[in-house]
Amino acid sequence: MKTKDYRNGLRDGIAVALGYFAVSFAFGMETATKGLSILQAVLISLTNVTSAGQFSGLGIIAAGGTYIEIALTQLVINLRYCLMSFSLAQKLDRSASNWHRYLIAYSVTDEIFALDASLSTSLTPAYHYGITSVAVPGWVLGTLVGAISGTLLPAFVISALGVAIYGMFLAIIIPPARQNRTILLVVLSAMGLSFLFSILPLLKKVSSGFVIIITTIVIAGIAAWLKPISDESHKGEA
Amino acid sequence: MTHNIYLYIFVMAAVTYLIRMLPLALSKKEITNQYIKSFLYYVPYACLAAMTFPSILYSTASLSSALAGLITAIIAAYRGKSLLIVALAACVAVFLVERIL
Repeated sequence: MKTKDYRNGLRDGIAVALGYFAVSFAFGMETATKGLSILQAVLISLTNVTSAGQFSGLGIIAAGGTYIEIALTQLVINLRYCLMSFSLAQKLDRSASNWHRYLIAYSVTDEIFALDASLSTSLTPAYHYGITSVAVPGWVLGTLVGAISGTLLPAFVISALGVAIYGMFLAIIIPPARQNRTILLVVLSAMGLSFLFSILPLLKKVSSGFVIIITTIVIAGIAAWLKPISDESHKGEA
Repeated sequence: MTHNIYLYIFVMAAVTYLIRMLPLALSKKEITNQYIKSFLYYVPYACLAAMTFPSILYSTASLSSALAGLITAIIAAYRGKSLLIVALAACVAVFLVERIL
């Protein structure tokens, strides 16, 4: 059972690794232009495993910002992981020990969380580790290759790979949205709200990490208020 | 500018890890409150939707190729294709549109 979960994780993680490679490749190239060594670039990716956080952190490092500044930026941009971990804590197999919780936390990313959350059963640590075992190498390798050479992959390949992550997100949210009208409304209104944040003059200034946090809390909050789930539906998707 | 890059990296990693670890380590009891349960049930959908749109529009070299990727992904996902197939189909659509235009 455990090895089966692990193998399923490996299989599902391939799409994540693919998308990660493209994004972290861009990150690797960026570190080179900011004067970081290859070792430093790889170390950042290995210890952080977060795209938005790493890009913003890199900006602060390059600008010679303070440690407080870098800590606060990471806190704000990555605060959404707090919601995800909280959600996973409920979904996690009750028998999972503390050590599993500490290990799982290492790779709670947007994409890996998405896969964990899409399981119709409770989450076993083995499944999460399976995804992590292909996704994190993809992330680190992309950084390495990007840092070594910014000209290895032609631009059109990078561009095409850039869409992979979003394709995966859509593959996760669309099938349940087809069957459940409330989920469909949640998806559409969350997209609408985050779109408003990207075009309205004042809201535009809000950082992308905050937009995701605010949108998630507002939309999921309203949905839970208007359409509380019954115990049976909770056993279903997500 | 006398900052140590490794110390920067450590601060980044520590903050990010704590954000991820604390909720997992501290919330162990099963939540019985109906509102919170419902809220957490909807969180992944709201969160993933907000992350996808409009970001997907800026994920490629041009808006037209991004739209092609978006529409292809929606159709493939609607037909219930697997994650990898949907992701690859979107990539191929982006690639084709950028080659043609």
